Amino acid sequence: MSDTTAHDEPELVQLLTPDGELVTHPDYPLEVDADQARSLYRDLVLVRRVDTEAVALQRQGELGLWASLLGQEAAQIGSGRALRDGDMAFPSYREHGVAWCRGIAPRELLGMFRGVTNGGWDPDEHGFQLYTIVIGSQALHATGYAMGVQRDGALGDDGEAVIAYFGDGATSQGDTNEAFNYAAVNNAPVVFFCQNNQWAISEPLDRQSRVPIYKRASGFGFPGVRVDGNDVLATLAVTRAALQNAREGNGPTLIEAFTYRMGAHTTNDDPTRYRASAELEEWKRKDPILRLRTYLEKQGLADEAFFAGVDEEADRIGEQVRAECRALPDPGPLEIFDEVYAEPNVHIDRQRADFADYLASFEDAGAEGGR
Amino acid sequence: MAHSGIQEFRLPDVGEGLVDAEILQWYVGPGDRVEVNQMICEIETAKAAVELPSPYAGTVHELLAEAGATVEVGSPIIRVDDGSGGGEAAGSAESASPSGDAGEEKEKPLVGYGEKAASTKRRPRRRPAAAANGSGPATAVEEPPAPEPAREKEAVAPVLTKPPVRKLAKDLGVDLRTVEPTGEGGLVTREDVRRAAEGPAPAASGAPAAPAEAPAAAPAAPAVDRSALEERIPVKGVRKRTAAAMVDSAFTAPHVTEFLQVDVTRMMKAVRRLRERPEFADTKVSPLLLVARALLTAVRRHPEVNASWDEQAQEIVLKKYVNLGIAAATERGLVVPNVKDAHAKPLPELARDLQALTETARAGRTSPADMTGGTITITNVGVFGVDAGTPILNPGEAAILAFGQIRDMPWAHKGKLKLRKVTTLSLSFDHRLVDGELGSKVLRDIGAMLEDPEGVALAWG
Repeated sequence: MSDTTAHDEPELVQLLTPDGELVTHPDYPLEVDADQARSLYRDLVLVRRVDTEAVALQRQGELGLWASLLGQEAAQIGSGRALRDGDMAFPSYREHGVAWCRGIAPRELLGMFRGVTNGGWDPDEHGFQLYTIVIGSQALHATGYAMGVQRDGALGDDGEAVIAYFGDGATSQGDTNEAFNYAAVNNAPVVFFCQNNQWAISEPLDRQSRVPIYKRASGFGFPGVRVDGNDVLATLAVTRAALQNAREGNGPTLIEAFTYRMGAHTTNDDPTRYRASAELEEWKRKDPILRLRTYLEKQGLADEAFFAGVDEEADRIGEQVRAECRALPDPGPLEIFDEVYAEPNVHIDRQRADFADYLASFEDAGAEGGR
Repeated sequence: MAHSGIQEFRLPDVGEGLVDAEILQWYVGPGDRVEVNQMICEIETAKAAVELPSPYAGTVHELLAEAGATVEVGSPIIRVDDGSGGGEAAGSAESASPSGDAGEEKEKPLVGYGEKAASTKRRPRRRPAAAANGSGPATAVEEPPAPEPAREKEAVAPVLTKPPVRKLAKDLGVDLRTVEPTGEGGLVTREDVRRAAEGPAPAASGAPAAPAEAPAAAPAAPAVDRSALEERIPVKGVRKRTAAAMVDSAFTAPHVTEFLQVDVTRMMKAVRRLRERPEFADTKVSPLLLVARALLTAVRRHPEVNASWDEQAQEIVLKKYVNLGIAAATERGLVVPNVKDAHAKPLPELARDLQALTETARAGRTSPADMTGGTITITNVGVFGVDAGTPILNPGEAAILAFGQIRDMPWAHKGKLKLRKVTTLSLSFDHRLVDGELGSKVLRDIGAMLEDPEGVALAWG
């Protein structure tokens, strides 16, 4: 049997090397001034700090679960910053960095992981849909939404674009592949942003795909590109170009952001059981924050005071997230019925009444049956 | 009233639906200062070994569970004095009173461990209106009145036991309702049923009078209770896994062990010379390194020894790579991490990897991934000051080499009796797939290389 994977070495778009050297790419020119570079750095550090705090809160029993973004900050901040106000993002459940770029406060993210809300924010207000736990289904939602944008005639240079976030594991799902095909045949203005963090929980990439993920796109008939997902500049440039392409009516693009999940899949998981420590060490050398810091230092674009200031701000935000998390109000027991249907429903009303009676049957029950 | 700033941290459910965890080690002790998010202990759940960060800043007041203990989710594990003594602790949901009244403190359950504290107690229900003096008949809910729990138990409570025990009772003709339960939570145990079947009459249900009636079968022997002189250590963690692996290996693979004494005087010289080479400047060069290299070379010449027996497929799996296991004694017990693809590593890299692997193991940081996938193993029993042993195979491997202590021995050398450095090699192999001839060749080959490391230098690669 011949080896069908024997292609040329996958090309990786990179603008900032792990050593912090700026390089150019003919297809993705990017002008970044000192302010922008510093502001990107700040975002990377702050979302990592929020993430670290959330992991600690889970270990202290304040959150039921948390999916850490450690290592994927650049893929998320780079692509999140490429979005415009009118664009719509469809996240999975790890996109804390994109949420940050869309103006969602960390406490709003924590609500679902604390189990006190089913959502947490208004998707329309932020251009950022609710987290999707089901793997890959949001790729279909995004495609449908993009087809709506198309039918609204909202395309053009100032038009709207849609982006769907998912991981390498989701590329094995039917939903994702159906979305690829629908988006392709409908020329939908959607960007498929795959963060290939090398592990679908405990399943390594080579057990998921015989070809590099970005190459799948060509089979569906649209372009695919692999970008260094630990390079915030390249991710920004590539995503911006793909969104613009979609906006102008030229159809979908698959971006494979090549990155690494430096932490566990979620707080339930122990990656030391299935991956060798040497692999993590190798990726630590490609850390997304480290390389931008090296660049800023080498170019003299930021001084010690700047870095110390960002670290201080990060710690303040960490404390704030901690306090806000613990102060999140518990929902009343009857609120579970409120969001089932948009309109009144007789069955739900009966269930609500029955449950209220049940709660009131306890000796220590208060007025509304709450406790 | 809680009038001190002592905060309790309860063991959280760190993995969605866990009921308990073992405390592996504490990083802090009473009197230590802790900061928020400082790691205070390591726990192991059914899913993962994780570190717990402190939710409080302050001084450790008390540890409430020992390392090694299995603790239920929701139980307090540490008390921290946050220095807010006398304060009203407003807004702190966790300002639980440390005094004994744990029952009614009515604190907000932390996410992830639900209503643990109240699990043994039912929340009292209001009596149906009809029964309560008819004060509000119109509001009576339609559901059947909740029966008084206590009375219900007396009348119809089924006997708690397990199906096999029910069967035993039936077989022995024992009425379970007459059996005095001694199991946890009022469970009738197998022994209870047996006792009931043998015992004279169920009437003697008061004090356990049985010992008094025991016939004096062994008259003279004074019944010394030795149990006070025995210590019972629960089997868990590394010990448990080691035991399972040993039993698995020893009772599936027929072991054969062969021994060979080797004059390693020249090998020791080679070790000294290597230490002076620049490429080993920052690495520890030990005799183990050369034993490892000799074994790898022997594997290259006799690949059949680097194999495993696939019982299910009825196949012998020849491995074209060597993940070289090194048995290491650590504080937590025996671990066998392996150097991946050791066959392809030049000597300096192998030296670095061996060093890193043993250091990681000693520090107790070996990851399970580092311990799986081994193909052949070395155990250095010499470090314990012994000459040889009959090592048990690491499960799934076909051979294991034990390397004994190196000591001065009178030895026939070039026709004379000399004092030489001598060691003993012991090679155990799985006799299902390694015959005596092959095993002997492998052992002889290793011995020859160690005896004359320079002479066979070409083979060292």
